[in-house]
Order: sequence, then structure tokens, then C-alpha cells
Amino acid sequence: MSRELINLIIQATGESLFMVSVAALVAASFGVPIGVFLATSRRGELFAAPAANSILGVIVNATRSTPFIILVVAIIPFTRLIAGTSIGSGAAIVPLTIAAAPFIARLVEAAIREVDGGLIETASSFGASPLQIVFKVLIPEALPGLVLALTLAVVSLLGYSAMVGAVGGGGLGDLGIRYGYQRFMPEMMLAVVVVLIALVQTVQTAGDYLARRVNRRVRHR
Amino acid sequence: MNVHQSLTAARSVESLPVAPAPVANDAMVRFEAVSKVYPAYRDKPSVQALQDIDFAIPRGSITGVIGRSGAGKSSLVRLINGLEKPSSGRVVVDGRDVSALAGRELRLAQRSIGMIFQHFNLLSSRTAADNIALPLEIAGWSKADIAARVAELLELVGIADKYDRYPSELSGGQKQRIGIARALATRPNVLLSDEATSALDPQTTRSILDLLANINRELGVTIVLITHEMSVVRQLAKEVVVIDSGHIVERGHVAEIFTHPKHPVTQAFLSEVIGDSVPVSLASRLVPQPIVGGKAVIRLQILGTDAGDTIVARLARELSSDVAVLSARIDEIGGQHVGSLTLGVPGGEAAAIQAISYLTRQKFSAERLGYVA
Ligand SMILES: Nc1ncnc2c1ncn2[C@@H]1O[C@H](COP(=O)(O)OP(=O)(O)OP(=O)(O)O)[C@@H](O)[C@H]1O
Ligand SMILES: [Mg+2]
Repeated sequence: MSRELINLIIQATGESLFMVSVAALVAASFGVPIGVFLATSRRGELFAAPAANSILGVIVNATRSTPFIILVVAIIPFTRLIAGTSIGSGAAIVPLTIAAAPFIARLVEAAIREVDGGLIETASSFGASPLQIVFKVLIPEALPGLVLALTLAVVSLLGYSAMVGAVGGGGLGDLGIRYGYQRFMPEMMLAVVVVLIALVQTVQTAGDYLARRVNRRVRHR
Repeated sequence: MNVHQSLTAARSVESLPVAPAPVANDAMVRFEAVSKVYPAYRDKPSVQALQDIDFAIPRGSITGVIGRSGAGKSSLVRLINGLEKPSSGRVVVDGRDVSALAGRELRLAQRSIGMIFQHFNLLSSRTAADNIALPLEIAGWSKADIAARVAELLELVGIADKYDRYPSELSGGQKQRIGIARALATRPNVLLSDEATSALDPQTTRSILDLLANINRELGVTIVLITHEMSVVRQLAKEVVVIDSGHIVERGHVAEIFTHPKHPVTQAFLSEVIGDSVPVSLASRLVPQPIVGGKAVIRLQILGTDAGDTIVARLARELSSDVAVLSARIDEIGGQHVGSLTLGVPGGEAAAIQAISYLTRQKFSAERLGYVA
């Protein structure tokens, strides 16, 4: 493989990592609070607001059930509004974030719901405010689950980021399609796939390791 | 400072040197005509968990609350620390109507009420020391004050060497000690215990109960103890409240209640101690008719008579014959003997009648179970 092609791969990897990490950060900063709210706002819960909970649940589900490629196209006006353009890696971050946030919210909700309700009651019994319960009890206790949720989100984002290539988003997916498929360079296609596999493996391994480290529910030696 | 404030300030300074004298009738917790209804929801009907609850828990006492599953025991204590609101009536804790508080005021009041739980409810993500620190962090203590207080508490509950262990590395008894330390962290004057020893083995239970007794003695903390285990009430409580289907059915001094049990629930709890079943080997030999050369089998209950320990000898003297002890179970509740004896009296119906009438005159409740060879 020529030097030039290798440089292309390196550049595309950089674009992918940029899109995924920014999208993951922004999506998490929306998804985590939404997830915590979904997990604590049903009737009788910490921030009981059943109506808001249902409405938010519907929105989250709607976003999650829209195929990603349709989402990308559907929100082009919005993307333009935010990013000033609808093509390129920067613009691709917008649909990536919008796809990942509800996904993260549902995973976070599930992780928070895993926390034993007795702990909430315990903290209330010594006068903790709802916010103190979230920050001192729910999030620390759900931390292993939250780490795994974010890991899963990043892995999925790597997959999605390969798709935004189709709409001029750049990155590894774009490279694979343009060179591997349109210019018929199977070695390029292979290289892109190998790099993606390596990235996913690295993210997953790191996430698993971190989740294990923060899990105090089991003894470790 | 206005006049009213200066007056209160003056009074509180004046009263400082005089420690609040523990008056016998001074109530730490007072229930005033309290009812609790959990409203109907979806397909679940509403539940009347408590009704017409009217009683006081004396300051500095250890009060046991017993009752069958679903009787309303947990609801009762959850009203004390404001985890639940009464549907009607008031719950006054240390002179403050907890049922009327909400939000920040309630949270402040909750800091002077500690609670321990059956399943300990420790945060798995925090070490022993950090679990104890949690209520102090919530109350906004400084780091230095927290560290000093936690060290003191670890010492108090006897697990100072486990300070950096996570709950997953500790035994049930150790976990409950952390639970107790955590509950006492903000120096509450009431400690609520909801089945705190039910997940522990008998030996560990005893050590935890000893610790609670110490805390009550040394710190003067009023303890409210929910349990379905008679042995817990027997070992620790001075006062007992028996509740059934949301009503208080009996209450008073432990010795008094258990030597004169009136309600079937109290009797059932008592039979846990005195054992109202006849040993199987004996039951299989019992016949309804006297047997020549055999014995009449008489069972007597010992409830609070301090002469219980000499009754066999006295009965033998009265009947001028040997009296066999076929089974016996005697315990002490609040310094009173409580138990049952199954006795074999040589002879037939006449002997049985004579024995029972003697025992009845001596204020024992006695019955004839039958005859054995
Ligand atoms: N949050 C709730 N919502 C609806 N019903 C409830 C709720 N909590 C308790 N109940 C009902 O109230 C009644 C009393 O319950 P409570 O938990 O006080 O009983 P308990 O004496 O503590 O029982 P146990 O010994 O089993 O713990 C029960 O019928 C129970 O089903
Ligand atoms: Mg209960």
C-alpha cells in the first residue's frame, strides 16, 4: 500500500475519532441527565413527574427507532443551523449526537434502575435531598453500569460514524466506500475494516477494565 | 435582635448547665390518633395500614414493636422519620410534629432520627468509613469534622480495623455495625430499627443487641425496635407494642404483657418462648383414659410467678408422690419466669384433678393432656 493511502487512512481515523469523541461527550452530557430523570420520575419516585416521564420516553423511543441514515437526512436543516454546513466531519457530529443521546439515556436509565431502592430510602431517612441522592448514591452505585453504557455508546458511534461517510461526513466509512467500493480497491476496504475492528476492541477492552475497577459489589483481589 | 429572640436566648443560656432531666413520662415519640392509608393505584386496592394509633414512646426507652407480617410495623416506624406521612393524626418526635414538616425542614429533622435496616443498605461503592461518613456529608460537615467523628464511631461499634473495607468484604454482623455507626453519625436522639437482626445468625444477633443496649445506656438514645423475633424483644426491650392489622392490640412493660398475654397475637409470640407443643415422643404415647399403674400428664404454664422454680417440689409434697418432669421450657422475660412444664403425676383421674386444683390455687394455669403408661 502506498504512503499516500496510508496517510489517507491515518487522516480518516483521526476524523472518525474526532466525530465519535465529540459526539459521545455531547451526547453523554444530554443522555446521562435524561437517563437519570427517566429512572427517577415515575409515580412515587424521587423526582416524580409521570407526565414528563412519559413524554420524554416517547421522544427517546421515536429517535431511537428512526433509522440512522434517515435521521441524518431528516435533520439536515437543523445540522446546518448548528454547524453552519451539512457536510464534513464537523457537521456529522450533529446527527451522531442526536442518535447517541437517547441511546445513552436508555442505558443510563437501566443502570440507575439497577440500584437497590433500599439505598434511596436509606439516604432519605437521614435527610438527603433528591439531588444529593442522585450524586451521592445513584450515580456512584450505578457507576459500573454507567461505564459499560458509555462504552457501548462509543462502540455504536464508531459504527454510525462509518455511515455518515455516505453524506459527506468524512472518516473511515467514507474512505472505505470511496476507495474500497467506488474505486474498487479491496485492500483499502480491508484496511478500513481492520482499523475499525481494532478501535472497537480497544474501546470495549478499556471500558470493561474500567467497569471492573469501579465495581465494588464483588470482591477483587 | 427583637424582644422575643432575646428572651429565648436568655432562657436557653440559663437552662444550659441543667441537663435535660429524663422524666419518666416524657415522650420521645408520640402518635396522636394516627391513621395511614396507602391509596388505591391501578388494579391495587387501597390499604389501611394503620388505624387509631395513639401512644407514646418514653424518652430513653427501648420499645419493641411486634406483630405478624403485614401488621403495619414498618409503616409505623416510617411515620416516625417522615418517610411516610400519616393520612390523619400527628406524629410528634422530640416535641416536633414530623408529619407537618416537608422539604428542607423535614430533612433537618430527619438528621436527629437514625435508622437501621434488615439488609443493612450500605453503599457498595463506599468503604466502611465512607459509608459512615455519608450522613455527615449530607449534613454538610467539614472534612476534618467528618474524619474525627467517623473514627469515633468506628471505635464505638468495634470495627475500627475494618475502616477501609468495602461491604462486599464484610460479614453480616460487621455490616450491621457499620449501619449502626452510620445511623448514629449525626448524633440522633432516636434510633429506629426495622428487623435489624433478622438476617443474622443467633450469635451475631446477640452481639448486635448487646451493642444496641450499650448505645441506649451510654448515649441515652431512644430505640424503637421492630421485630418478629420474640427473642429480640425479650433480650432488649423494656416496653412492647403489639400490633395486628394496623391496630395496637396490647402494649406495656414487656414483663407485664408477656405474663398476662390477652390478644391471640401476643399469645402466639409468647408460645415461641414457652413452646406450646408437646414433645412428639410424648404425644404419641398419650391416651385419653387412665392407665393402671400409669401417670396423668399435666401441663402448666409459668407466667411471671417467681415461685415457678419450686412448683414441682411443692406439687410433689402436696400429692405425697414423685412428680416426673416430662418436658420443660422456662425462660426469663423482664426478670419474670415464663415457660411451660409438662408433668407426669402417678395415678388416675383423681390424682389429675387433685394436681390441677392445687396448681390452680397456686395461680398457675394447668390442664390435663391425658395419660401415659
Ligand atoms: N408503599 C406501600 N404502598 C401500598 N401498600 C403498602 C405500602 N407499604 C406497605 N403497604 C401495605 O401496608 C400494610 C402494612 O405493611 P407494613 O410494611 O407496615 O407491614 P409490616 O408489619 O412491616 O410487615 P413485615 O413484617 O412483612 O415487614 C401491608 O398490607 C402492606 O402491603
Ligand atoms: Mg416490615
